[in-house]
Amino acid sequence: MPDLLLELFSEEIPARMQAKAADDLRRMVTDKLVAEGLVYDGAKAFATPRRLALTVHGIPVRQPDLKTERRGPKIGAPDAAVQGFLKATGLQSLDEAKIQRDPKGDFYIALIEKPGRDAIDVLAEILPVIIRTFPWPKSMRWGARSGKPGSLNWVRPLHAITATFGLETEEPDVVKFSVDGIETGQTTYGHRFLAPAPISVRRFEDYEAKLLAAKVVLDPERRKDAILTDAKQLAFAQGFELVEDQNLLDEVAGLVEWPVVLMGSFDQEFLATPSEVIRATIRNNQKCFVVSDPKSNEGKLAAKFILVANIEATDGGATIIAGNERVIRARLSDAKFFYETDLKTKLEDRLPKFEQIVFHEKLGTQAARIKRIERLAAEIAPLVGADVAKATRAAHLAKADLLTEVVGEFPEVQGLMGKYYALAQGEDASVAAACEEHYKPQGPADRVPTDPVSVTAALADKIDTLVGFWAIDEKPTGSKDPYALRRAALGVIRLIAENALRLSLMKVAASALAGLSVKPADAQKLPSDLLAFCADRLKVQLREQGARHDLVDAVFALGGQDDLLMIVRRVEALGKFLDSDDGRNLLAGTKRASNILSIEEKKDKRTFDGAPDAALYSLDEEKALAKAIGEVKTEASAAVAKEDFAAAMSAMAKLRPPVDAFFDKVRVNDDDAKVRENRLKLLNEIRSATRAVADFSKIQD
Amino acid sequence: MDASLPAHMRPERSFQGFILALQRFWAEQGCVILQPYDMEMGAGTFHPATTLRALGPKPWNAAYVQPSRRPKDGRYGENPNRMQHYYQFQVIMKPSPPNLQELYLKSLAAIGIDSAVHDIRFVEDDWESPTLGAWGLGWECWCDGMEVSQFTYFQQVAGFECAPVAGELTYGLERLAMYVQGVDRVYDLNFNGRDGDAKVTYGDVFLQAEREYSRHNFEVADTAMLFEQFKMAEAACKKYLDAGWQKNSKDGKREAHLMALPAYDQCIKASHVFNLLDARGVISVTERQSYILRVRELAKACGEAWLHTEAGGAA
Repeated sequence: MPDLLLELFSEEIPARMQAKAADDLRRMVTDKLVAEGLVYDGAKAFATPRRLALTVHGIPVRQPDLKTERRGPKIGAPDAAVQGFLKATGLQSLDEAKIQRDPKGDFYIALIEKPGRDAIDVLAEILPVIIRTFPWPKSMRWGARSGKPGSLNWVRPLHAITATFGLETEEPDVVKFSVDGIETGQTTYGHRFLAPAPISVRRFEDYEAKLLAAKVVLDPERRKDAILTDAKQLAFAQGFELVEDQNLLDEVAGLVEWPVVLMGSFDQEFLATPSEVIRATIRNNQKCFVVSDPKSNEGKLAAKFILVANIEATDGGATIIAGNERVIRARLSDAKFFYETDLKTKLEDRLPKFEQIVFHEKLGTQAARIKRIERLAAEIAPLVGADVAKATRAAHLAKADLLTEVVGEFPEVQGLMGKYYALAQGEDASVAAACEEHYKPQGPADRVPTDPVSVTAALADKIDTLVGFWAIDEKPTGSKDPYALRRAALGVIRLIAENALRLSLMKVAASALAGLSVKPADAQKLPSDLLAFCADRLKVQLREQGARHDLVDAVFALGGQDDLLMIVRRVEALGKFLDSDDGRNLLAGTKRASNILSIEEKKDKRTFDGAPDAALYSLDEEKALAKAIGEVKTEASAAVAKEDFAAAMSAMAKLRPPVDAFFDKVRVNDDDAKVRENRLKLLNEIRSATRAVADFSKIQD
Repeated sequence: MDASLPAHMRPERSFQGFILALQRFWAEQGCVILQPYDMEMGAGTFHPATTLRALGPKPWNAAYVQPSRRPKDGRYGENPNRMQHYYQFQVIMKPSPPNLQELYLKSLAAIGIDSAVHDIRFVEDDWESPTLGAWGLGWECWCDGMEVSQFTYFQQVAGFECAPVAGELTYGLERLAMYVQGVDRVYDLNFNGRDGDAKVTYGDVFLQAEREYSRHNFEVADTAMLFEQFKMAEAACKKYLDAGWQKNSKDGKREAHLMALPAYDQCIKASHVFNLLDARGVISVTERQSYILRVRELAKACGEAWLHTEAGGAA
């Protein structure tokens, strides 16, 4: 069966868009083929900086013929209905229709045969539509045609389209169509500099081979492999190790059609600058790799870098290396200068400048924010077991590196530079660490700090942010969370849970609120609102970990829960309990009790709370249940008071046999109204007993 | 490269020869070679030959050198390549020709950058000017890891769609010349291509100016006056725009504009004054945004006016 070759040849496609574009092209073409009844054998797509290419093999030559039946009006129907039927089906007269017998009356049936079209014609129809509707993240117009409406949008100017279709053994046909004045053909071009001449291609195999001969490696995976292998080799040959960087590799492979890996050097003196800064400089600005020296301890960087050029230069790459070295020297001397300049100013001496910098219009300056965080840190420190002086000092200095030159240049080293500068000016190691770690955790996968000083600073920073934005009503909505408040809330949860901290979030939030200059109208409600938001984040977090998020609701519904650690612990214990047989059955029993109660409550328009009257128990099962409830309540409450949730759950388990027996033997809706009322009260007692650990009604089955 | 050139005119020998080579190359491509605009501006894009001419349906091909003033980038002449005043070479072609990339590469060859030994790359860089309400897609062009030009297909200018699209090239002249001459410090560039006593360097021409203007921009520039100038330029721009509209006597609809260029001058002025105030550090982060928006409003109104002039209107 024939194969399709499609190539879209354009000006340089941004590296970051290439992989998805290749994937989109494959998906769109194959989906459409299948929708047209053309089931293919296989498809593969590729991208280089200048082309998207697709091969689909084993496409049938023709679509299958389609036969459909269409039911028309009854025999003897009014003429208008008959005419409508003929028009819709394309029949000349009713003689061409079949008649179908039916007990309710006979019908006309039209048999419509749609002959399958040649696949090449189908392709000529679908490909231009796909090109015109291609989902580039950003696309543009160009050239003379862009003056008119309806001109093509592409990621960068599109120059040629190769589209061929045919059998392996034969000369393929061009799939004829044109998009925005570009006619399809079978001519492409080689490497921009090394082999720019036009190349005539027939099918995928000779296309890929001819491109390779014209210095274009079509497959990005092959380019990556080549770069990685050569880079490792080059580093190894000089006794170094490549510092691997997958994102950089992906990007660099999207910047070249013919990768040539070269190594350059920079002056040893630059190695006095922190290695993160050197790496950021070389990577971000120059898209080059760094190498480490395995002989040094901690794998310090070597004064070398690895670049990936796009040409085999006639001088062996000497000019390219020299040029890159020049740029890297200039960049590193800037970075070194920034670093050394930064070291001349103490972190605290930078702080007055924050008085001029607005953090948020309604929340005041950065200076005001830092003061709030300091105050909050002083309050949190004792709760976390941190030294108050150190925690306050850390909060005082933690943001100062934002005003340094290095962080101005490379925002991604914020915090880290704060640590270096703090150490350089002789700060306590915990204080310095907190300058870096107070930003953590940045997401669900990031490390949570454990040093109490870092934990204090991190909590103070995040809680101030949350309370502040809550106070000015800038809460996240839907997909919008410009101040990353969800991340901050999750950070608070993780800091507390993973460090097993005991603190009342409500109290800390109320205190943070008191420190704000804005006074929101609903200040009373704010801490509990915020707590609910944290509960939501906890649910999301649990759901993402595959745990049961409804348990968070079940625990929260108890009310008065603002100790996140206890909530987490309770949820964990509850989860384990519900995984057991006892747990599942008790849940079923409790739900059954609740259901009966709610039905009867509705019927009688009253509730059945209040203690049941022991004198009215007539059956053993009633008495046994009442006794068990009393015991379990006491035992579970005692365990909860000791924060031993596992023990509380074991106590709960004891309820299961009497509950089961009760439902087995006792008819709740007794004819005697008094007995019925008493039994309903007993059911209510089951519900209230379980509330010692959670609100079981919130748990999903 | 033209082998018949005398040594002191060769682009790898002299800064002025370098500029002349570029001008000559683009003149041969049919561009009008303009002289710099006589106002202070942050980039060659602000020149009305780019900003305004990019709008409207009429073809336009031009190239020119534009001194670019970036008050914040001043380093008192102490940084080897950062300056508050430098030259951009600007090419604008509307509609963008299909072979603009090849033309660009040929222009590099014309100034001595041979693609057989240099690694030339087009790296994604989408251009946006918040003050001009303009954006486009394109690349920064790299030569051996150094950004030497900006290549943009304008999609929108002054808030209006470009129809047709113009292609814009901006060369950082000093940086390219430093590479071609093989010097590491901009002030060491040979300006006139001569040797010995006859040699004039870039430092001879501009070092003193860099020191003086850095002091002015960062320390002394009269901020009270500048705040006032900003307001005045803004008001004048609006006033000229209002006065320039010719309205239909019957329905009062705007039909033509007679003063788009003078109004736009005031927009350029406001933008530069803002840059000076910014360098003086007297504009807070929040205010900054509102100043940028105010300039953008002027640019948009000027763009609209331009589209109703002879050069900007329907062909």
